Amino acid sequence: MADELGNQIYTLHVNGDTREVRDAWVGESLLHVLRERLGLMGSKGACEQGECGSCSVLVDDELVCSCLVMAASAVGQRIVTIEGIAPPGAPSDVQQAFVEAGAVQCGFCTPGLIMATHSLLERSPSPTEMEIREELSGNICRCTGYGRIIEAVQRVAVGRRGDA
Amino acid sequence: MSVLVPTSLDAALTALADHPDATVLSGGTDLMVEVNSGHRRPEHVVAVSRVPELSTWRHDPVAGSLRIGAGIRYTEIERDPIASWSPALAQAARTVGSPQIRHAATIGGNVGTCSPAGDGLPVLRALDAVVELRSATGTRQVPFGEFMTGPKRTVRAPGELITAIVVPVADGYQGYTKVGVRNAMVIATASVALVVRGHSVAIALGSVGPTILRCPEAEVLAASSADFEAGHLPADVLAECCELARAAARPIDDHRSTADYRRHAVGVLTGRLLRRAFPNG
Repeated sequence: MADELGNQIYTLHVNGDTREVRDAWVGESLLHVLRERLGLMGSKGACEQGECGSCSVLVDDELVCSCLVMAASAVGQRIVTIEGIAPPGAPSDVQQAFVEAGAVQCGFCTPGLIMATHSLLERSPSPTEMEIREELSGNICRCTGYGRIIEAVQRVAVGRRGDA
Repeated sequence: MSVLVPTSLDAALTALADHPDATVLSGGTDLMVEVNSGHRRPEHVVAVSRVPELSTWRHDPVAGSLRIGAGIRYTEIERDPIASWSPALAQAARTVGSPQIRHAATIGGNVGTCSPAGDGLPVLRALDAVVELRSATGTRQVPFGEFMTGPKRTVRAPGELITAIVVPVADGYQGYTKVGVRNAMVIATASVALVVRGHSVAIALGSVGPTILRCPEAEVLAASSADFEAGHLPADVLAECCELARAAARPIDDHRSTADYRRHAVGVLTGRLLRRAFPNG
């Protein structure tokens, strides 16, 4: 049976938690719901049309732009945001590598790039530079010129192989 | 506003029968842009991304066809095995948006939106693909050339759902190419698909008319002059085919390009694909 969702309460599974969404218009994007309804401010909103990648999250293990997901249609799916990658104060290897490589400047694109990097390295543990550029092509950074971001991804790949 | 999230094809068709004018939401990469900007506030949405029947494909070697469920995402189309049977569609898929977009966007959504700039559409037109439509009362199959009637206009009736696209598996060369303001994450300013099947050539143009356009004169000339076994098309004929393709385009001036540039690009892209199809000059 189809569930009909008017303006009523619905439930999302975010970072392993069950979260009720209340007082929300049912057509809101997942990005809007994460930030404005659930207080998860890590995913950034810039273009709201899938161009910039700063709102990237995982939905059922697929990297997508949360601005292009209608939140109410994601009921029952596993959503992982940047807040679900690692607890505060204990960065993931990807986050640590971004810091060490100097891959963060203003930081606005960083959560999306961290999500994209985790997703890439899950599927391809030893990506070529071309593969890294392709896989991160949906995440726009206006500060770094990308060189240090690519270096950070390569550091993680090397570190995970244990031959750093 | 209501959002229905059916989890079976029957439930989806029932939802559309109950709300025949509902907006169908698949990957969201077209619709949510309009919803986010406030350009669209659909009264009813039927989200079909969780309908498992739409996310299957089947290769039929006897019929020589590939039935691609409407919910198949570009990520899957750009890779084998689908890419091995439908290489031009895979080429088109690789040019769509970013990885994030291709993880979400579906072939059914591309056909449902039916923008003249939709990257999959020239390939479907050149392949004479068939759109499978279902409603609570029946199923019909419409050739893509009849399905699209104008920019974002189709013959899909209220209550109908695009359930699959059926594409022939062609034996000869097939390719897709496009131009835009840059090479990545760009909407096509002009695009061309070319498919060789047996001793026939099909050429379809995107972004240069209200619908996807075929180039019958260029197709007939190329097919009648080509040596298919040797992969040969005389240079003067190739140039003439490009001219005929340019003449078949019906471009407009808009914020993305001028009509003149679009027509020029059609000639360049057609020549490029003909040289790939007939590499031995």
